[in-house]
Amino acid sequence: MKLDRRRFLQTTSATAAVLAAPGIIGRAIAADTIKMVGILDQSGGLDIYGKPMVDATVLAVEEINAAGGLLGKQIDLKMYDPQSTIQFYTQYATQAAAGDKADVVHAGITSASREAIRPTFDRFKTLYFYNTLYEGGVCDRNTFCTGSTPAQTVEKLVPYAMKKWGKKVYIVAADYNYGQITADWVEKYVRDNGGESVATEFFPLDVTNFGPTIKKIQAAKPDLVMSALVGGAHVSFYRQYAASGMNSSIPIASTTFGVGNEHILISAEEGNGMIAAYSYFEEIDTPANKAFVARFKAKYGADAPYLNELAARSYEAVYLWAEGVKKAGTVERMAVIEALETPVSYDGPSGKLEIEPKTHHAVQNVYLAELQNQKFNILETYAQQQPADTLLVCDLKANPNQAKFYFENGLEAAGIK
Amino acid sequence: MDLAIALALQVIYGIANLVLVSLGLAIIFGMMRVINLAHGEFIMLGGYTVVVSTNHGVNLWFAMFILAPVVVGLIGVIVERVLIRFLYGRMVDTLLATWGLSLLFIGLITTIFGAQTATTISAPLGPVPIGDYTTSGYELFLIFIAIVLSVLVYIGLKFTKLGLVARGTMQAADMASALGVSTSKVYAITFGLGAAVSGFAGALLAPITGVLPTIGATYIAKAFITVISGGAAILAGTTSASVLLGGINGIVSFGIGPTMGEVALLVVAIILLRLMPRGITGRFFRKSS
Amino acid sequence: MIRSREVRWSLVAGAIGIIFLFAAPQVFELFAIINLTTVLALAILALSLGLVWGYGGILCFGQTTFFGLGAYAYTIAAINIGETTGPIFIAIFVAAAFAAILGYFIFYGRVSDVYLAVITLTVTLIFYSLLRRTSGPEYKIGNALLGGFNGVTSPPLNVPGDPSNILFPEHVFYVAMAALILAYFFCVWLTRTHFGRVMVAIRENELRAELLGYDIRLYKLALFAIGGGIAGMAGVLFANGIGRVTPDIFNLYNTALTIIWVIVGGRGTLIGPILGAIALFYLISGLGTQATVNNNLVLGIVLIVFVLLVPRGIVPGVIGIWDRTQARSKLLRKEKRLRRRRTTRQPEPEAANDG
Repeated sequence: MKLDRRRFLQTTSATAAVLAAPGIIGRAIAADTIKMVGILDQSGGLDIYGKPMVDATVLAVEEINAAGGLLGKQIDLKMYDPQSTIQFYTQYATQAAAGDKADVVHAGITSASREAIRPTFDRFKTLYFYNTLYEGGVCDRNTFCTGSTPAQTVEKLVPYAMKKWGKKVYIVAADYNYGQITADWVEKYVRDNGGESVATEFFPLDVTNFGPTIKKIQAAKPDLVMSALVGGAHVSFYRQYAASGMNSSIPIASTTFGVGNEHILISAEEGNGMIAAYSYFEEIDTPANKAFVARFKAKYGADAPYLNELAARSYEAVYLWAEGVKKAGTVERMAVIEALETPVSYDGPSGKLEIEPKTHHAVQNVYLAELQNQKFNILETYAQQQPADTLLVCDLKANPNQAKFYFENGLEAAGIK
Repeated sequence: MDLAIALALQVIYGIANLVLVSLGLAIIFGMMRVINLAHGEFIMLGGYTVVVSTNHGVNLWFAMFILAPVVVGLIGVIVERVLIRFLYGRMVDTLLATWGLSLLFIGLITTIFGAQTATTISAPLGPVPIGDYTTSGYELFLIFIAIVLSVLVYIGLKFTKLGLVARGTMQAADMASALGVSTSKVYAITFGLGAAVSGFAGALLAPITGVLPTIGATYIAKAFITVISGGAAILAGTTSASVLLGGINGIVSFGIGPTMGEVALLVVAIILLRLMPRGITGRFFRKSS
Repeated sequence: MIRSREVRWSLVAGAIGIIFLFAAPQVFELFAIINLTTVLALAILALSLGLVWGYGGILCFGQTTFFGLGAYAYTIAAINIGETTGPIFIAIFVAAAFAAILGYFIFYGRVSDVYLAVITLTVTLIFYSLLRRTSGPEYKIGNALLGGFNGVTSPPLNVPGDPSNILFPEHVFYVAMAALILAYFFCVWLTRTHFGRVMVAIRENELRAELLGYDIRLYKLALFAIGGGIAGMAGVLFANGIGRVTPDIFNLYNTALTIIWVIVGGRGTLIGPILGAIALFYLISGLGTQATVNNNLVLGIVLIVFVLLVPRGIVPGVIGIWDRTQARSKLLRKEKRLRRRRTTRQPEPEAANDG
């Protein structure tokens, strides 16, 4: 079966190359622009994540173009809106790779969307950037995952929260791959730090009534609650938790809260005291970040969405790719990949961001922050964190010919426990 | 013991929640045979009315009890006059029209307010202790409101002139019209009332749920299943179906887990409709409304 | 008269389909051909609902159940067996068999109307809820892990009997287009058999059909199972078009969208749902390439205007206009003849014309 698939990929890419040949010639004549495609949800339930990412991507491209472009050429950015459906992800991915013949594609929010389109980019040999924080484990030479992973954020968040509040942890998470794998990581780090996870509970993405669980938490009396809840419906958890007075007795730390700008969807008194760790917060107090936020607000207005890790990383990833192109001196895919692996780094709003060549993930700063009055106050900064989780399973230097998502079926299946 | 009481209250709240979320749909479907796929968006509009008006300094209670039902009710009347009234007797076409309407509302709200709107409100009334446990005072209040609202709808349909005229119009529009009733006005008012009840539900839930343009989708399926399982009688049907489905959901959610709670709700609905092919009230309360 | 016109129309549609089958790969770029496979799969799904709902009067709000089951069954079987020809039939069988079981449950319980709609919707949502949580290694069927929310990669079709010889995307397009044409003519044939006419009789008046001695439960069950099988086949093609199956297939949006295709295309026709699916697919996908106006806003307005202006759907609407213009031109010709006769003869009193 494996062999068939590989053969299929080889034969298809061969046909693709033949079919694409006229396109390549056409481009050689009229290659006055560099083609970049973004595929991010701007409508449907995922637009809370997608819209700020789109805005940030557009800003980065405009800045590069205004500064004279890349290799003397302008970047031609095309944006597709898959409307929160997987089916349109694959459709636009095919269009971007085989139709637009994009030089690079920045795409995907959920792991499901990434896994749906990643094979397409492999098949058509189109460079692919995925800029969302996720559960880790993608190992693919054609793919760069610039978002933070649990070994970078959860590994810092869990011990901090346990040291502050206690060792008994109750885990609530979204009932799908991300939530389940993240819950595995949380359990692992709780154990590693000598704590105990009293219960782990999973919720379908459309649940809005969390009453029964809140009673269970009251019965279990943990020292803290770790949340990996996702999406609009799950915002209800934090509100109902506060409504039963729980937020003043058992505090919450979260691996997801704030990424969909949840902290403005609940009131100040409901959210005060929660902690989270990401590789970017709008409140980071550096000149580079202040300038970035000012540029963003200048373009999109003062009431532009809060800048979270997803948005900032979408912006930085464009620059990171541009650094690779500059170093390679061409947009040719293999040359850019090799240049990025040297490794390339970029000093952006979140600090220094560097490609980790074995995994094609990013070495990045991680910030731990506490929510007060719908703003995150940064408490700790952890410089240059390695993607240690993906490094456990992935080495593209030793074995470049792989395109696998190792954590697809959980940590146990990947041999980590 | 404390846990038992706290849990029982939680299950009752789950039922009340289902009643609130379904009642507006029950009025519109039960009275007018319009399958309103924009029902979830009426709930969302109620929530948005509260969030946006409180952001502009309006009192929370006023926004919930007056502003949201009035605003969404008016939207309902406009929708009926501009769109739905052309579709009576064409139940299937109302599916398409209200699907379009639902997308339109989501698009409109996203265009005006963006993908999310910051909120300043939180649940009023604070926590209530039950022995070692605490429960949300606001949830207890919602149980009370659900009961009051159901009684009001019942009285409104059964004992007022308007209710009588409305029921008469729905059963035999030509006869009502021959008796001098303005049927088009009755249709508009009924639809507006259903919308207002949905908007009110959305407003009541606004302090304890996330309010987003796309949130309607999380309510529509459950409301639809509850209303249809209830059968032809609007109130008896919706409340009895809510008790059964909400009760099962709450108990299984606590006992096994939330996902199985959702699945249990769906499975019970299927079994129920197989045993009672016209819904609960098709079998037990044939005569009531 | 009407029957022969139906035949003529379906033959025209078939001819256009066959021309498209051979011409498309010459005309379109590769990516358009790959995406067409997906569109054709959706068109077959729409056709299956058009058959079940338009001809059997069964408002199935969960046609995607069989579609999704077909896609999953194909994928799981293909991963286990290592070739794809058998799995195609397994997928169709699984979908049809599940439709038969569900149909037995529904029709022999005498559930109909909106109650049936809710049961079928609920079944879809149960699959959605359950499959989403199957991400762990313990959820596997044979060698195939279900993969939860992220789904499973579907093996591409191979040449029958030669598992190592995998079809190119253009060839998968040929298969999909041929499947659509075959499925369409199968449905046309089915609706013209005795069985098909009994189904229409049941749709029009269940009680009368039953009093005439037909076992309406059995007839409905059979049609439902056939529709399920066709939807299952569509699922196989969809899995090939997308290259992956995910629980998303079973969600509320997709199942409602299937109903919308049929309404837009026109119930009671077979070509209508196909056109409805294709038109809406390209409308929605076209909207996704622009960012100036919110997609939902535009799509919502289009659908509302559509329902007001074209109440019966595209195909009945077009036929209606066609008939009216035909009738009008016939009438005009007749009038002209009359007038000529009148002017040559005696003028008649005007009132005689009002009738």
